[in-house]
Amino acid sequence: MQPTYIARRFGIFLLIVWLAATLNFFLPRLSGQDPVRAKLLEQAALGGYVQGGIEEMTREYERRFGLDQPLWRQYLTYLHDVSRLDFNYSIANYPRTVNELIADAVPWTIGLLGTTTLLSFGIGTLLGALLAWPRAPPWMRWLMPPLWALHAIPFFLLGLILTYLLAFQLPLLPIFGGYSAGAVPALNWHFAWDVFQHALLPALSIILVATGGWALGMRGMMVTTMGEDYVLFAEAKGLRASTVFLRYCVRNAVLPQVTALALALGQILSGAVLVEVIFGYPGIGTLLYQAIRENDHFVIQGIVFTVIVALGFTTFVLDVIYPWLDPRISDRRA
Amino acid sequence: MRAAYRYIRRNPSLALGIALLAALALFVMIGSLVVDTENARPLSVPALRPPSAEYPFGTDRQGRDLFAVMVTGTPLTLRIGFIAGFIGVGLGTVLAFVAAYYRGLTDTAIRGVADIGLTVPGLLVLIIIAVSIKGSLTVNQMAIIIASLAWLYPTRTIRAQVLSLRERGYVEVAQLSGMSGPGIIFFELLPNLLPYLAATLVNAVSSAILASIGLEVLGLGPIDSPTLGMTLYWVNFNAAMINGWWWWWTAPTVIILTVFLGLFFLTVGLDELANPRLRRSA
Repeated sequence: MQPTYIARRFGIFLLIVWLAATLNFFLPRLSGQDPVRAKLLEQAALGGYVQGGIEEMTREYERRFGLDQPLWRQYLTYLHDVSRLDFNYSIANYPRTVNELIADAVPWTIGLLGTTTLLSFGIGTLLGALLAWPRAPPWMRWLMPPLWALHAIPFFLLGLILTYLLAFQLPLLPIFGGYSAGAVPALNWHFAWDVFQHALLPALSIILVATGGWALGMRGMMVTTMGEDYVLFAEAKGLRASTVFLRYCVRNAVLPQVTALALALGQILSGAVLVEVIFGYPGIGTLLYQAIRENDHFVIQGIVFTVIVALGFTTFVLDVIYPWLDPRISDRRA
Repeated sequence: MRAAYRYIRRNPSLALGIALLAALALFVMIGSLVVDTENARPLSVPALRPPSAEYPFGTDRQGRDLFAVMVTGTPLTLRIGFIAGFIGVGLGTVLAFVAAYYRGLTDTAIRGVADIGLTVPGLLVLIIIAVSIKGSLTVNQMAIIIASLAWLYPTRTIRAQVLSLRERGYVEVAQLSGMSGPGIIFFELLPNLLPYLAATLVNAVSSAILASIGLEVLGLGPIDSPTLGMTLYWVNFNAAMINGWWWWWTAPTVIILTVFLGLFFLTVGLDELANPRLRRSA
C-alpha cells in the first residue's frame, strides 16, 4: 500500500466534496432567487396587506445573514460552515437545525436500505450462481424470466402494486409510515415488532427488484468463470461437484459482485428516495420530499451535501481496501 | 424483410421489446382519435368516477379524464426521455471519440469529469438544479435538465468500446493508408459501433424517463402538464391508495410498466445484435 496512492484517492474525495459544496452554493444564486425577500413577501401576503418597509427589512436581514457581502466572501463563509458540517436552520421547522433533521432520518434509511441491500445481494448472488450451474434443479430455469422482468421495474412502482395487494386488498400489513401513529418510539419488543411490520412492504419491493440485478450479474460472471481451464482441470481431477462449484467457480466469480456491493452500500442514502415517499417512511427520502414541498432550501442542500460526502467517503474507503480484497489488482497499476 | 423476420425469431427479446412499444404507440394513436384530449385538463369531467363505458379509465379528483391524460401524457413522458437520451448519447459519443481517439490530456480531463460525475447520485443533482429554477418547468426544460447529466454514462462506456476498436487491424490499415483522424472516426469506427450505440441510446432513454418520473413524483415536474410522472405525483398528493381510488394509479402504473419492460427487452435484444458472443451463454 503506497502512501501516494492513498493520498491521490483522498484528493479525489476532497475534490468531490468541494464540487458538491460549490454546486450547492452557486446553482441557487445563478437562478437569481432572493430567499429573504421571497419569504418576507410571502409573510406580508399572508398578513393580507403590503407593508411599506419591505425594502429596508430585506436589507437588514441580508446584512444579518451576510448576504450584503461580496460573492467571494459569502462563498468562503459558506465553505467554512460546510467544512464544519453546519447547514444552518430549517426554514420550515425552525428552530430545528438541518443537522438534527438529518440525524433523525438517517437511521431509518440506513436500517431499511442496509438490510434490503445485503439480503438482495445474498439471495441474488446465490440464485445467479445456481442459474449458471448445469446441475442445478431444472425448475430454477423458470426463475430467470420473472427475475429479469422485475429487475426492469422501478422500486416505487412495484411498491405501489404491492401496497395495493398486500395492504389494501388483503390488509395484512400496514400501509404507511415507519411505525403506528400512536406508538411511542422506545426500545422494547412491542415497538420493534411495529417497526418491523411497517418496514416489510418497502423492503419487499426493494428486494424483489434488486435481487434480479444481482442474479444477472452473478450469472454472467459464473458463465465466464466456468469456461476457464482450471475448472475443467478440477473436474478432470474428479473433485466433488460441490467443491468445484464453491471453491473454484463461486469463489472467483463473486469478486466483482463484492465491488458492486460496496458501491451499492455507498448509494444507500439516496437509493430509495421514491420508495420512502410512496410509503411515507420517515427516512432521508421523505425528509427531502417534505423539504421540496415546503421550499426548505437549507434542508435540501444539507441532504444533497451529506449524501454526496457519504458516497465520496465510501468510494475512497473502497479504493483503499480493494487491493486487499482482490490481490490481482495491485495499487501500483491503479 | 424475410431475413429480418428470421432474425427476430432467433432473438425473442428484441421481438418482445418492439411488440410492447408498438402496442403503446398504437394505444396513443387510436386513443387520440377516440378521446377528446381537452379532457386531460382539470375540471373538464366529473371528479372521481371509477371506470365506466363513458370514462374507461375513470376520472381523477381534479376532474381529468384519465383516458385522455394517458393519451396525452404518454407521448410527453416519452418525449422527455427521447430528448434527454439523444442529447446525452450524442454528446457522450462525441466526447468519447475525442477522448479515446486522441488520448493524452483531453482523455484524462474527459474521463476524470465523467468518473467523478458518475460517483454523485444523479437524482440529487437534478433535484438541486430543478429547485434552483424559478417557477414551474416546461416539458422541454425538464428534458434539458435531465440531459445535463445523461451524457456521463454513455461517455464512459462508449470510450471503452472505442479504445478496444482502435487497436483492430483495419484501423491500423486505414492509418497507414493516410486516412485522417476524423475520416477514421466517421468511416471506420462509427459504422462498427452503430448497434452498440443503439443499445446505449435505448438505455439512456430508459434512465432519462426514470429520472423524469422521479423528479415529477417529488413535485419538481411540469405542474400543468399531464405526464405519467405528474399523474403519480397527484396520486401520492391526494393519497389515492388509502382512499381506495384504485383506477387513478392503475392506468399510469400499467403504462409505465409497459414502457420500462419494452425498453428493457429492446436493450437486451440490441445487446445480442451488437455482441453475438452473448448468444453462446444465453
